[in-house]
Amino acid sequence: MTTMTIAKAINEGLRATLAANPKSLLMGEDIGPLGGVYRVTEGLIGEFGPDRVVDTPLAESGIIGTAIGLALRGYSPVCEIQFDGFVFPGFNQITTQLAKMHARSHGNLTVPVVIRIPYGGGIGSVEHHSESPEALFAHTAGLRIITPSNPHDAYWMIQQAVECQDPVIVFEPKRRYWLKGEVDTAAPGPSGDPFKAHILREGTDATIVAYGPLVPVALAAANAAREDGHSVEVIDLRSISPLDFDTVTASVEKTGRLIVAHEAPTFGGIGGEIAARISERAFHSLEAPVIRVGGFHMPYPVAKVEEDYLPDIDRILEALDRALSY
Amino acid sequence: MGTHLPSTEFDGTAVDDQREADAEAVMGQPPAQMVQLLGPDGKLGADPVYSSYADKLTPEDLRGLYADMARIRRFDVEATALQRQGQLALWVPLTGQEAAQIGSGRASQPQDYIFPTYREHGVALTRDVDLAELLRQFRGVSNGGWNPKDTNFHLYTLVLAAQTLHAVGYAMGIQRDQKLAAAAGKAGNEPDAAVIAYFGDGASSEGDVHESMVFASSYNAPVVFFCQNNHWAISVPTNVQTRVPLSNRAKGYGFPGIRVDGNDVIAVHAVTEWALEHARQGKGPVLIEAFTYRVGAHTTADDPTKYRGSEEEEAWRAKDPLMRLEKYLRAEGLADDAYFAKVKADGDELAAYVRRTAHDLEDPDIRAAFANVYAEAHPLVAEELAWFEEYSAGFAGGDEPSAQHGAAAKAGH
Repeated sequence: MTTMTIAKAINEGLRATLAANPKSLLMGEDIGPLGGVYRVTEGLIGEFGPDRVVDTPLAESGIIGTAIGLALRGYSPVCEIQFDGFVFPGFNQITTQLAKMHARSHGNLTVPVVIRIPYGGGIGSVEHHSESPEALFAHTAGLRIITPSNPHDAYWMIQQAVECQDPVIVFEPKRRYWLKGEVDTAAPGPSGDPFKAHILREGTDATIVAYGPLVPVALAAANAAREDGHSVEVIDLRSISPLDFDTVTASVEKTGRLIVAHEAPTFGGIGGEIAARISERAFHSLEAPVIRVGGFHMPYPVAKVEEDYLPDIDRILEALDRALSY
Repeated sequence: MGTHLPSTEFDGTAVDDQREADAEAVMGQPPAQMVQLLGPDGKLGADPVYSSYADKLTPEDLRGLYADMARIRRFDVEATALQRQGQLALWVPLTGQEAAQIGSGRASQPQDYIFPTYREHGVALTRDVDLAELLRQFRGVSNGGWNPKDTNFHLYTLVLAAQTLHAVGYAMGIQRDQKLAAAAGKAGNEPDAAVIAYFGDGASSEGDVHESMVFASSYNAPVVFFCQNNHWAISVPTNVQTRVPLSNRAKGYGFPGIRVDGNDVIAVHAVTEWALEHARQGKGPVLIEAFTYRVGAHTTADDPTKYRGSEEEEAWRAKDPLMRLEKYLRAEGLADDAYFAKVKADGDELAAYVRRTAHDLEDPDIRAAFANVYAEAHPLVAEELAWFEEYSAGFAGGDEPSAQHGAAAKAGH
């Protein structure tokens, strides 16, 4: 066991991947000598050279499109998109090309491209630097989407993403890059399957589902609720596509109440999908409507008011109160 | 290629004059500098660089180029007819562009990898793709149709220019393969390979073409950008896409740009062979602009009479790629009536094969679509397939609408 931050865990995960898989390579803007704007790739170009850690021109479509070509030639590229709001120039390549290549080739071609995207707010930044666009990608068949919330998962999930033969987008909770935790670099343990949700704490009165940057917030809310006498189960989704409905359904069948929290706007978001599925799967177990806690239907607001936008402990507790009031 | 803007002092008049000259050169009036070996009159000219490549073509090669062009034109006629008869949903004709496609495709080597648009039927022929398989996409039975690994001819790409980036990435992979082979002491075991990225004058406006040229140039990737300037992007002429000849754009990226007579199969073959050699030797990318013309419609859903005059089409028919090679072959005594009759008979045989096979293409099963969304198991796909099977089973033996309703409601569909 080693203590490290999420950023360092991803760095170590990438290092392990580059060392183990000679066909893997990293591509992105400023990921070479600078080590990326968040230093996630720090030191890697020195160890693996510029053919394996590739500083690219500033062109997101170019990064994804050439990564597809590299994958067709048998490589496993890991692309870094510098910030969530800058992925959109590459959106065409991701949705019309990357996601569909395996299907349209009748399975003859695989494109195991990994796309790392630092996402979410809470860092006081300028526009386009704090968004949560995961639902836009989850709606596209052919993509897998995962998001670690702690260093141990971060270390293993990036490696598992590279091993997966499907395209995987790894949304990295950028405001948690400096969150420290224990990492077992010898074995993934319960994190062996990146597409399974984890129950972080058990409870009986309600379930909170969260992922990425809101997992610590959900845990804090559950702790606060316990002081009020409520036993709250917390699930870290980990994977957004596929989504582990079995784990969520089993939890709701036990607790009868479900709150889904994410930073992304609630309208058209992952929370809505979970609410719909759970209402189908566990209708007779539900004691209250599924309640979503998320961003508002507005462009991500300016930094000075982002605290009013982002779900926090109180917003989750308010939702919990509503759920318990039924 | 034209002269370029003054770099030391700004001369507004010169800029305006150059801009006007460049704009006129876009459409070939007056003809810009262009590599041409075989003119519309069937006479073979000379070029200081490319004649040496053309000279390598044997009489058998030349007859083969003619036969390929004739076959693909016959195929095009057949596919158009199949669309008119309701056997295909859509067809994308290539007539007029045979020399650009056959000449470039025949210049490629088996180890090279080709990224086509959706009109490269002639290139497909040169890569030994079963032409009946090309029809799958247009018959609505596949979004692909062939296995690119068999022929190194990638699937058609319908989102304009997306494939140009795939081509550059693939070329970056070739570079890395060479380094890995060298590190393993196996340098030179495999023949050097290059990539061809096809696109058109319309797609040249797409940002992906720009990004692909930036990446290719930065990494010196072994890729040949082959732009078929067929003068029309559906209804919009090339001079709306560009104010300079497209081949001039290469200069801005720092690699050679060559305009070649796209209706001259000998020149296209020579220029492409040179460009592929250049790329394979590690000298970086090349842009080829094949100056040609889409004689027919953009697709069978298009009506060119709404946006261009028949006199323009007639002028281009006079530059027909097959006619000029036939003139040359006859004048040089390389082919006679019997040869051309045999080519025609072969074409008819191909057409009959394609017609027969198109009719026999089996309708796919949607279960195959479920199977290929992901390479690895995916619970949502599995769940939806299971629902579909249950729902479908409800129709087996005596329809029971209420039972089907129940299954649908249970799974939420």
